[in-house]
Amino acid sequence: MVHLIWAGLACIGIVYALFNGTIGDVNEAIFSSANEAIQLVIGLTSILVFWLGLMKIAEKANILAGLSRLFRPVVSKLFPDLPRNHPVMGYITSNFIANIFGLGNAATPLGLKAMKEMKQLEPSEQASRSMVTFLAINTAGVTLIPTTVLALRIQHGSVAPTETVAATMIVSILTTTFAIIIDRLFHYKRVRK
Amino acid sequence: MEFISMVSMVVIPLFVLIVLAIGTYKKLPTYDLFVEGGKEGLSMAVSLLPHLLGMLVSIAIFRSSGVLDYMIDLFAPILSFVQIPKDIIPLALTKPISGTAALAVTADLIKSFGPDSFIGRLASTMQGSSDTTLYVITVYFGSVGIKKMGDALKVGLLTDLIGIIIAIMIITILFG
Repeated sequence: MVHLIWAGLACIGIVYALFNGTIGDVNEAIFSSANEAIQLVIGLTSILVFWLGLMKIAEKANILAGLSRLFRPVVSKLFPDLPRNHPVMGYITSNFIANIFGLGNAATPLGLKAMKEMKQLEPSEQASRSMVTFLAINTAGVTLIPTTVLALRIQHGSVAPTETVAATMIVSILTTTFAIIIDRLFHYKRVRK
Repeated sequence: MEFISMVSMVVIPLFVLIVLAIGTYKKLPTYDLFVEGGKEGLSMAVSLLPHLLGMLVSIAIFRSSGVLDYMIDLFAPILSFVQIPKDIIPLALTKPISGTAALAVTADLIKSFGPDSFIGRLASTMQGSSDTTLYVITVYFGSVGIKKMGDALKVGLLTDLIGIIIAIMIITILFG
């Protein structure tokens, strides 16, 4: 599936550009975006190294275990396939907490670590049920404070910059709920086959 | 609101303090553990690089060629028929594909319509309330080498669609 999207986006773009005289822009975009990707990964690396370093201490000090015990009723309902006492529960819980507080920088390393643990539980090139659920919730993205948007609104002279924060929270919560429902529907459809 | 932004500023340093204090209290080799975990992060970043670079280049080709704009024009009449405001369509289409592009569109909408207009509020809400599906899938699956992603993309894109509809409804109810 990802093969098709990847090759499709590029091929459609190049063919369209050939007929519409935008091939120069495409040529430039290939090199500049590759460069941007490296910059992005360098930024991610510093965050990954710091957070996974710190979380290793949190794991060994049983902080993660305590945290996941607190939220176990919810998290184990969402991920029935995962063993209840596994460290993965702690990483999933902390990823959700970081997302809720709008700490995207901290949420990604925790999410990646959770994925790694899930992969070890079910080693395969196929995404497991828990992985799909985890991704669905992460793409819906519950955020408490959308800082970038706030900055934009202030910059353009909004009379009430924080006015959309409550709306954002409501939309986030509803969208996440629907993400979980859709994920469940797809799962049951898959199982019935 | 000030309280919330205060909390979000303090929460990370406080977390660092708590983890290090408890680790030290439990006589753990905190520094060694940090380095060990950090190395794991480093190898994760390295394995992530080709996935992210490949996807970003492909998206950049698609976007810079002008197909995306063409598609937006194509979809506009259909979506305005189901009462989705025409001006929000560029954001709705870019959001699931590219985070940076979506942010640029949001900034442009807020600038041209004003932050306190219906479109401005809707763009602010949509930008804040969802994450870029393709990016999340690339990064999360790329880091662990998942090749068959099951229903993840379908679930993600459907959620995006529902998110847009919910955002329009909520903004209409609150500010319409």
